[in-house]
Amino acid sequence: MKKYRMRKYLREEFLPTTMCPGCGGGTVLNAFTNALEQLSIDPKDLVLVSGIGCSAWIPSPYMKADTLHTTHGRPIAFATGIKIGLPNKYVVVISGDGDLAGIGANHLIHAARRNIDITVILVNNFIYGMTGGQVAPTTPFGAKTTTSPYGNIEHPMDISKIVAAAGASYVARWTTAHPFKLVESIKKALKKKGFSLVEVISQCPVQYGRRNDLRTAVDMLKLFRKNSVLVKRANRMDAKELEGKFTIGEFVDRTKAEFVEELYKITKEVREVAD
Amino acid sequence: MDVEKKILKKLYPEGNYFMLGDDAVAYGAIFAGCKFYAGYPITPASEIAETLSRELPRVGGVYIQMEDEIASIAAIIGASWTGLKSMTATSGPGFSLMQENIGYAIMTETPIVVVDVQRSGPSTGQATKGAQGDYFQARWGTHGDHPAIAISPSSVQECFWLTIRAFNISEKLRTPVILLMDGIIGHLREQIKIPNPEEVDVFERKVKAKVKAKESEDDLVPPMPVFGRGNFSHVTGSSHRDDGFRDVYSPSVHDKLVRRLHEKIAKSEAEITQFEEKFTDDSEILVVSWGASARPSLGAVLKAREDGEKIGFFRPITVHPFPEKRFRRLAKGARVVIVPEMNLGQLILEVERFINDDIELIGVNRIGGVPLTVTEILKAIKRVI
Repeated sequence: MKKYRMRKYLREEFLPTTMCPGCGGGTVLNAFTNALEQLSIDPKDLVLVSGIGCSAWIPSPYMKADTLHTTHGRPIAFATGIKIGLPNKYVVVISGDGDLAGIGANHLIHAARRNIDITVILVNNFIYGMTGGQVAPTTPFGAKTTTSPYGNIEHPMDISKIVAAAGASYVARWTTAHPFKLVESIKKALKKKGFSLVEVISQCPVQYGRRNDLRTAVDMLKLFRKNSVLVKRANRMDAKELEGKFTIGEFVDRTKAEFVEELYKITKEVREVAD
Repeated sequence: MDVEKKILKKLYPEGNYFMLGDDAVAYGAIFAGCKFYAGYPITPASEIAETLSRELPRVGGVYIQMEDEIASIAAIIGASWTGLKSMTATSGPGFSLMQENIGYAIMTETPIVVVDVQRSGPSTGQATKGAQGDYFQARWGTHGDHPAIAISPSSVQECFWLTIRAFNISEKLRTPVILLMDGIIGHLREQIKIPNPEEVDVFERKVKAKVKAKESEDDLVPPMPVFGRGNFSHVTGSSHRDDGFRDVYSPSVHDKLVRRLHEKIAKSEAEITQFEEKFTDDSEILVVSWGASARPSLGAVLKAREDGEKIGFFRPITVHPFPEKRFRRLAKGARVVIVPEMNLGQLILEVERFINDDIELIGVNRIGGVPLTVTEILKAIKRVI
């Protein structure tokens, strides 16, 4: 029997995962390991950092690498220390929207501003899933959750646009219904010198879908397919036309000074003077 | 002599310097081998960051200013897992923000040094004024059952040596160590001696080489994996087994882990706890104080001794865990114990746990940002003579 190709990236003793049936987490795991394999990245060169919530469990404990499972919202700040200590390793944060754009949004914005060479895969399922489906900063306007039973009266944040504006080197957004594009973007993000974000719109049929007439994963994936608009086209559409749509594609791909490189440049220069 | 020490010797020649307390902490960190500092500006601790931002690159280290104190402590924990000795420094409000990740460092057994240059609180309080109100925050600030180690300098010279000590204890026991200073000592300038680096004992952590962690060793401190070396280490703040993997369901796993975290500190308590005592052979009155307040306290004791009073002085340098064993013995012979401090009575509560009911216990407390004086403490002493 043919072995699953991605085994070398997994801690098989912890499988199956604890994810709910229909969760998009599996697609993200699949896309990420495919990207690693296509780039021939050795798991020894990988440090994975995550926070708290369902998506934080995608790397931890399931992926075979050094894995740091941190406090809620802070993985990017932990990863900053790790990247400085290990400038030649791939330091990747995989976590959810509540973790990285809710409680931890400050760190997301500042890491992008600093342009530190970390890759962030942010799984956006519009909801706090692990705690029972509470409203999130990403929940669509009007959506029902366990803490917005009359409909969400807050406006969701556009994570990719914020991170692009904050100064990241690379930002792309796809959905779990676009797995091949997702793999390509993760590869680009891993190879990009500087801060890179790949936002993945993902389905949570259990905590989000069933309260919003999207009972199954298939319902949600169909919606992602139907309502996704590429950045280029979205730029020509007005706010009304974009209502309820997911803008997908690459938001930013640029070259600029990277933080850790600059940091060690200083150390080198200062040391040479001291010697 | 190793290269590191050679560089230190060249950059920081042995000798006497007139130095700020905060700066002495920065140089202490460098002599201890600190290679990573992450912080956020706050009075009266900012000078530590300023000095390290200038000096760390000279010794091959790095400085980063983070977006807040939560990120600062997160970054130093991350850096510590890559094998770098790491430190942050802050004051009350920032120390409050760091509490969650101090718990994370305890649970994940990550060596870090956290400096709290205490200022007047609660809240923003008197930002530029020193105080000693974080005594129990240093002990119980983070949630859950946990051990704590905090050491408190009383002079600029001690700022230097105790920072090194904080690193050594932290690296040895794989636990965060708090350097619990106050704004008075942090902003005090006095003469200090920078030693020959060869005279400085620096402890390097036990590093794990193999993939699978084995049972803890005699000192209950397992060797620490370093990221990036193919260990495939798993680190989590959740309850976990000896190999680092999460098990939050088995009562025995949590029980074993949290008890060991306590026991490894308890086992080394004799080594950790430091104190200073003077005139304790015959003391009927015992003055117990710490940090900045210990200075006028000793002054008052000296004055009272000149008058022939049987009075002694005890200063816990390690404030957590309190040097209980020695203090209990001294307190047995005392009639009165006086505790001067710049708060409304915190160390005194700890002292109270270790003395008999028949001993009179008196606090001399001042808040408002002005240090206690010899006269004020002497007045309290005179009342019980």
